[in-house]
Amino acid sequence: MREGLTIAGRTFTSRLIVGTGKYPSHAIMKAAHLASGADMVTVAVRRVDISRKTESLLDYIDTSQIFLLPNTAACYTADDAIRTARLGREAGMSNWVKLEVIGDEQTLFPDNEGLLEATRVLVKEGFVVLPYTNDDPVMCRKLADAGAAAVMPLGAPIGSGLGIQNPNNIRIIKEQATVPVIVDAGVGTASDAAVAMELGADGVLMNTAIAGADDPVMMAGAMKLAVEAGRMAYLAGRIPRKSYASASSPLDGVIGSRAR
Amino acid sequence: MTIKLNGDPHELHAPLSVSALLAQLEIDARRVAVELNLAVVKKAAYDSSVIEEGDEVEIVNFVGGG
Repeated sequence: MREGLTIAGRTFTSRLIVGTGKYPSHAIMKAAHLASGADMVTVAVRRVDISRKTESLLDYIDTSQIFLLPNTAACYTADDAIRTARLGREAGMSNWVKLEVIGDEQTLFPDNEGLLEATRVLVKEGFVVLPYTNDDPVMCRKLADAGAAAVMPLGAPIGSGLGIQNPNNIRIIKEQATVPVIVDAGVGTASDAAVAMELGADGVLMNTAIAGADDPVMMAGAMKLAVEAGRMAYLAGRIPRKSYASASSPLDGVIGSRAR
Repeated sequence: MTIKLNGDPHELHAPLSVSALLAQLEIDARRVAVELNLAVVKKAAYDSSVIEEGDEVEIVNFVGGG
């Protein structure tokens, strides 16, 4: 059961995409990446600290094995997101971007209008655009129509660890999608990742659930297994839900008072 | 002359290329991206792009994020 995740013609071994933020140390991040099996990680684009030399994140990412996906986190307008995407492309030498246009500081929910506008511009400029979006099937369709290479609906607010809040929407998004669906944000623990995959998602993207765990490396391993288990369960086809029991053992040959 | 570097005023003796500025700041050019007056400077153009008085320069790199 080793089928990869293909986005815009590029195939990844793992259906788990992980972040690089908020780890206790770069060394722990590197070990967690290894344990997760992920071959794509997200990075943020920020000003270089001119005043002091800091360790480079890239010293802890083997970019021959792991693909870098720059994000436009903390951008609140389409223009800022476009500008950040262009800088990320120049810094990373790939034309992929995890596009975020945020509409609200407290929830970090996306600004749909800005997101759609930025997607159109960046697609036209040749970017492979992976937009972080609401768990809204209509919005996901519009993004795919605008040329997004995948859609990345949120499971719950970024960093909240609440799990998949609207499983039915995720299922509908996947059923209707013409591009891969990556559940991005909201995962708290392994079962959340499994649920996302069981709903049919093509992949899961997470950062805080691993980086913020007491043992990030062990949690990364748990997430790897959960994503694989959820994918297998999805492909295997679960049984329908029923209200009443149906016995697993034969009813014939029972001894005792109910024997027949 | 004064430029704006990553949002703050920065003093330079004279106009210089993007390559020269990065060297002066001891920044590895391979790991950053540079914007000059809101336009991205391609790496191939670092030697030929000259920073003048009042220019706005942004130098960014990758940091941890989700």
